[in-house]
Amino acid sequence: MISEGKKTLWNDYQKEIADDNYFYARSCIRQNFFPGAEKTFLKILKEELKKDVYDDPRHTTCTGIAYHSDVVSLETTMTVVARQFALMTERGYRNFVPSCITSFGIYTEIMELWEHHPEIEDKIRHLLFKATGREFKVPANLAHSSDIIYKYRNEIAGMSKFKLINKNTGAPLRVVEHIGCHYARMFPHKGIGGAEYPCVLSGLAETFGAEVIDYPERRACCGFGFRQYVIQANRGYSISCSKRKFESMAPYKPDLIITNCPGCPYFLDSWQYVISEMEGKTYGQKGQGIPVLTFEELSGLMMGYNPWDIGLQMHQIPVEPLLDKIGVEYQQDDKYCDAQGRTFGKPVIPEMIKIC
Amino acid sequence: MNSFGFEIQKDNTIEYDKNDLSLAAFVLKHEPSLYNCIQCGSCSGSCPASAISSYQFRKMQLLMRRGEIKNLREDVAHCLLCGKCILVCPRGVNTRNVIRQIRIALNMN
Repeated sequence: MISEGKKTLWNDYQKEIADDNYFYARSCIRQNFFPGAEKTFLKILKEELKKDVYDDPRHTTCTGIAYHSDVVSLETTMTVVARQFALMTERGYRNFVPSCITSFGIYTEIMELWEHHPEIEDKIRHLLFKATGREFKVPANLAHSSDIIYKYRNEIAGMSKFKLINKNTGAPLRVVEHIGCHYARMFPHKGIGGAEYPCVLSGLAETFGAEVIDYPERRACCGFGFRQYVIQANRGYSISCSKRKFESMAPYKPDLIITNCPGCPYFLDSWQYVISEMEGKTYGQKGQGIPVLTFEELSGLMMGYNPWDIGLQMHQIPVEPLLDKIGVEYQQDDKYCDAQGRTFGKPVIPEMIKIC
Repeated sequence: MNSFGFEIQKDNTIEYDKNDLSLAAFVLKHEPSLYNCIQCGSCSGSCPASAISSYQFRKMQLLMRRGEIKNLREDVAHCLLCGKCILVCPRGVNTRNVIRQIRIALNMN
């Protein structure tokens, strides 16, 4: 990636990120898609960086997907968000860290709305108290979990066992990144690096030694788009959007896609399989797909965590070619075993896409 | 191939870097009044050929200038060269000569 010029832009878009004492809000869908990602984030923060993170089991969805699909009203969403803030306040935290980009967008949008319209905030305070008897303080600091990892990227890289370098050739691995649309598109000053060229993931990948590729459709949506996917007949819009990204990145022969949103890795991962089954086309090398990792999974992998402990077997596109390039050792027999060594079932082998 | 209950749509991205713009350059060189076109569509609205076929002058010339010329031969074959489009054009584009130049370039005369 040519970073000349972008560095000036990045300097204009830096945000304040709290140092410690985080209240963590999990994603509602991510634990089904890539369940190891959030666990890896918590492990890195608590055990490696020795940070205070509170993972509250009482919190709920932020209703973001329902809100953007026009299923719930903004007023309902704001009251649910107010309850999340109330849980944070009850536990004595002021730094809110959502795992999800959609949630991050929802929280950012609502906090901005309340700042400009205090009467709406008062109304929501009244509704929340009436419904649950709870009160809340607005977070002093709001940062997405990828912001936290970016902030401590040098410390994480310093503790890492591996680098994003091909162990056979010594060349940096070619990485393409995809930023969730709601990270900085609505409020560019809330994202590291702004909306056009956020550096939250490219900076992380470069710290791990990768070569980041600025492919033409880098800023296009992953294809999730909420209502485009929720209705089956509309999923053609979703997969067509993802396909455009794959077609755009494939000529650069990327080794890896990294993302910071719950929906993006799922769609960039799964649609590769679906496109291969519908059209017989694959985008990786030798008929394989391009592995897709979340930023937490990548960080955990670099730190030497067992790939099957951080949930990499849950990816539709097998990660083994990437692990081989990096030099990560893994036991193939353990791939579909749980922590107690019990097999939880192997998936059907795809017809078109090569799995290894 | 498997069916999943939805279709992958054809990408409408226009690749200016890859498309052949030489035909558009030829036509614009020999009929520079086409530069004056404001895409108002009066030509298409007055065209008797567009009433009985999918041909539209505005769409055809716009795609040609973008290098999307796959269906161009079929499109210009519909033109009757009646010249109504010249009469209604508010910018004085010699539309009939545009068609003629395309046909010359495609060896259709």
